[in-house]
Amino acid sequence: MRNPYRTQKIAFFLLLLATLLIVVPVGLIVVIIIQKGLPAINWQFLSDIPRQGMRAGGIFPAIVGTLYLVTGAIIFALPIGLLTAIYLSEYSKDNTLTRLIRLAIVNLAGVPSVVYGLFGLALFVIFFKFGASILSGSLTLGIMILPVIITASREALESVPHSFREVSLSLGASKWQTIRHIVLPNAIPGILTGTILGLGRAAGETAPILFTVAAFYLPQLPDSIFDQVMALPYHLYVISTQVPNVNEKVRYGTAFVLLALVLCMNLIAVIIRSKFRKKKKW
Amino acid sequence: MRKVKEFIIEKLILLCGLASILFVTLIFLFLLKEGIEVFKSVGFFKFLFGKSWYPISEPPQLGILPLILGSLLVTIGAAVISIPIGIGCAIYIAEIAPQKLKEILKAGIELLAAIPSVVLGFIGMVTLVPLVKSVFHLPTGLTALSGAIMLAFMAMPTIVSIAEDAFYSVPKTYKEGALALGATHWQTIWRVLLPAASSGILAAVMLGIGRVIGETMAVMMITGNAAVIPHSIFVPVRTLTATIAAEMGEAVVGSEHYFALFAIGIVLFVISFAINVTADLFLHKRQ
Repeated sequence: MRNPYRTQKIAFFLLLLATLLIVVPVGLIVVIIIQKGLPAINWQFLSDIPRQGMRAGGIFPAIVGTLYLVTGAIIFALPIGLLTAIYLSEYSKDNTLTRLIRLAIVNLAGVPSVVYGLFGLALFVIFFKFGASILSGSLTLGIMILPVIITASREALESVPHSFREVSLSLGASKWQTIRHIVLPNAIPGILTGTILGLGRAAGETAPILFTVAAFYLPQLPDSIFDQVMALPYHLYVISTQVPNVNEKVRYGTAFVLLALVLCMNLIAVIIRSKFRKKKKW
Repeated sequence: MRKVKEFIIEKLILLCGLASILFVTLIFLFLLKEGIEVFKSVGFFKFLFGKSWYPISEPPQLGILPLILGSLLVTIGAAVISIPIGIGCAIYIAEIAPQKLKEILKAGIELLAAIPSVVLGFIGMVTLVPLVKSVFHLPTGLTALSGAIMLAFMAMPTIVSIAEDAFYSVPKTYKEGALALGATHWQTIWRVLLPAASSGILAAVMLGIGRVIGETMAVMMITGNAAVIPHSIFVPVRTLTATIAAEMGEAVVGSEHYFALFAIGIVLFVISFAINVTADLFLHKRQ
């Protein structure tokens, strides 16, 4: 007869191995990028335009471009996402419409990023005639991060205890007053977390901006929202596949800046979340 | 007056709620508007099962079978690697790891989910690709295999986090009952928890695969981009997503090639729609 405890030992060892197979490479990736990317970072790299066909100089226009795009995306996605979340958590009833909305959100989250790129190209760039511009790119990214914001905000709103609402309503406040003055203030940390995660996602995506805004090489800052810009993820793609003989330092440096930007946003979100959990009074 | 205000606000919020439906519909309509042309001119089956993709030859040959097979090969490879490892990791985190380690592991998985795909693609190019090349003595490391390994990695966070949730949602009494009957911890996991969590795990696997099929940048950077029918996993391939990303920049707006790329978009949209709806059904069943 097999010894069940020995089987358990072997099984647990294999499970540990599977876990290590995921976590160790993740650690390695981060370590490699920090180790090789950090030495490339200096003030000149961050504040100069790319030079010598992007083989030297800095990445300033790409950083600025990404910041513009992310800001634009959030300006568009936050109001719509938040109101959708309010609808789902406060107003909706359990009916077909609600199920349809939920299904639509699930699907928005699952649509491949390059398909968003196609959509942005067809709708914003060509149909609305915005051209390849910050506006087109921001709207495309905004729609893409909508599900992230909706899901997080909805969870935050729903975690506010029901009794809070009942007390407010019983004191004569209207439904909207209750939401505005009682539910929303208590849900802010959760909404903030979701928004920042959305920002991180928008900053790192390449495929949706390929045909809607990203410029291959544009060593100047944009004047209006109808200009093209360079963007960090696309710039990394370009210098690692499209341009031959790029100095390794420039590539790792760019990867480091992009990764640092995205991870910082995630870190902030995690900190807000855990602080909120500790302070939670209910 | 207050009633009117409430009424307006409520309708405004409802309108925003409907925005998601609007966007999904718009995405589908605009893909269709631009892509339907090809289904008419080339023919639906000839487009899907045509064996050659030469979009800029005269006349253009627009058969996406090589691309479908490329996507399929990479996806199956990624699934074979990521499903056992991902589920194993989920079990370890949900059941075995001590509380402190659990937090660290979860943070690691979240970290992986946060890394932009273009960064992973870049790292894959400088580490994985030369490794595959030297281990298997290949003329190039830019192969379906490299893509499959990379994608497996990218599917892990999805699989692990959803499968882990599935384990948590199994009622505690199941586990206590099995343990009380004298089963070992592993027997409990294998015979009780795993079957009880199966629909959630299935959803995790499907969503992981959905992520793999839709992934674009990393795959474009490390699979070699050869739009021919692959005969083994050690040759360069090109996926559906990479084709759109790589060729749309050069396609002339309004050309047959341009419409064909949108038609590929339709195919991808339909696949992801089917996967997400089914996975959602499984997740719902559990509750």
